[in-house]
Amino acid sequence: MEKVLDVENVSISFIQYTKGLNQRDLKVISDLTLDISEGEILAVLGSSGSGKSLLAHAIFGILPENANLNGKIKYKGKELSQEDKEEIRGKDIVLVPQSVNFLDPLMKISDQAIGHTESDEERKAKKLKQREIFEHYNLGPEVDEMYPFQLSGGMARRVLVSTALLSDPKLVVADEPTPGLDEKTVQETLNHFKHMKEDGIGVLLITHDIHAALEVADRIGIFYSGYVIEIALKEDFSGDGENLLHPYTKALYKALPANGFELVKGHQPLHGEIPKGCPYYNRCEWRMDRCKEERPELLELGKKRVRCFKYEEGVEDET
Amino acid sequence: MKLKAENISFKYPSAKNYLLKDVNLELDNKKVIGLIGDSGSGKSTLCKILSGYITKYEGSVTFDGQPLPKKGFKPVQLIYQHPEKVMNPKWKMKQVLEESWDVPDDVLEEFGIQKSWLTRFPQELSGGELQRFSVVRSLNPNTKFLIADEMTTMLDAITQVQILDSVLKVVKKRNMGFLLVSHDMPLVETICDEKIYFKDISGV
Repeated sequence: MEKVLDVENVSISFIQYTKGLNQRDLKVISDLTLDISEGEILAVLGSSGSGKSLLAHAIFGILPENANLNGKIKYKGKELSQEDKEEIRGKDIVLVPQSVNFLDPLMKISDQAIGHTESDEERKAKKLKQREIFEHYNLGPEVDEMYPFQLSGGMARRVLVSTALLSDPKLVVADEPTPGLDEKTVQETLNHFKHMKEDGIGVLLITHDIHAALEVADRIGIFYSGYVIEIALKEDFSGDGENLLHPYTKALYKALPANGFELVKGHQPLHGEIPKGCPYYNRCEWRMDRCKEERPELLELGKKRVRCFKYEEGVEDET
Repeated sequence: MKLKAENISFKYPSAKNYLLKDVNLELDNKKVIGLIGDSGSGKSTLCKILSGYITKYEGSVTFDGQPLPKKGFKPVQLIYQHPEKVMNPKWKMKQVLEESWDVPDDVLEEFGIQKSWLTRFPQELSGGELQRFSVVRSLNPNTKFLIADEMTTMLDAITQVQILDSVLKVVKKRNMGFLLVSHDMPLVETICDEKIYFKDISGV
């Protein structure tokens, strides 16, 4: 399977004014590394307010002016410059935004799905295609003439998904596609992503919802205080979580009501207060002296990744 | 101490149909009750009525035999899903807390609130951290009943355990009533003594 997206050591910081003319450089994402192949769904799981949506903005080149982006973002092995991003966004890589608020409230659904066209022929061709995909997603001809406020939550979600698929993308980035929807609509939305996967599209699912991630993703990247600390296989989230590698991921799994509702103390360090060594140092039950001063790199273990010194020698058999 | 709703009916002014029709509910401070229902079904509206936010409805709500006070501190406190929506963005967290009560250090500690967070603005904290403040703010000594409406839905599993564990300790210690509204069945099964399905009581 060919890789569609590689994100390598991406960091994002913002220049902020503190007092008067003093500035500070606030690091929100410190080290984000992940990769997605064709027909793979990778979920990035992080708590709300952790800055994970910035990853989507970085991929599409829509970060605000005062943001600093470092690291590499590659599409099919080729590093993307800002110009490249502007060229391929909306074509090869598309965004499924969080909510219907991203639609133009004063434009009919069909018109905004088709977007800008150069000629009448192009318009007709696109219109046919749009109708076909909308039909596939169970959106009748009457929807074409509607305005966003007339859509129900589930319909709006289908409009956003089918609009994204109009350009035959190779990679779909979905930013928090499930909150605020009822059970049935969540299930329906997740099924859309499963269908994309079957069509060979790579999907990056950015979410805080562990249930949604476990339901559809092949691999799950865990985001902690600006770092990807583990990329685990979906199957690892089972039993006692014994196949999960990082202590935080294990704790997260065991804290789910269905898996014991286990209490762990501590909180994720805030942006700007992240310790010098491992970001999980303060809470870690396995910590060693070097973890305080040295920051572990993301280790590659087959399809999995983990940021912890304990696995430098590979994964031991814990039985 | 009973929180009692009798024959509550409610519809939004622009709506044709009633959202709630003849709802009867009796809650006490002896059990932790879970209320389960789909989003959009009217659970949150019922919570707002029970806590005195919505005052125009048919029927009556009484707490300890008395109608809910129209002025002053409300004994029934409501905690929402989105803490960032219920805090003044121009106040620092210290001021946000002081609006309700003078919170002793041991309570801050129990809820894992760091002293350094008190001088931050709401937008400088994550959802999990803000929700801790939101909970502590509602635990004013005059609070007798707590309604948690999808309080931990936006939070990661670890923060969810931490906050609920601390809340339940306080609820038990102070003999308060606690209603947990959620769509997360495993969660309700884990912490509630009894559960109520919203569709069984909503009357529509």
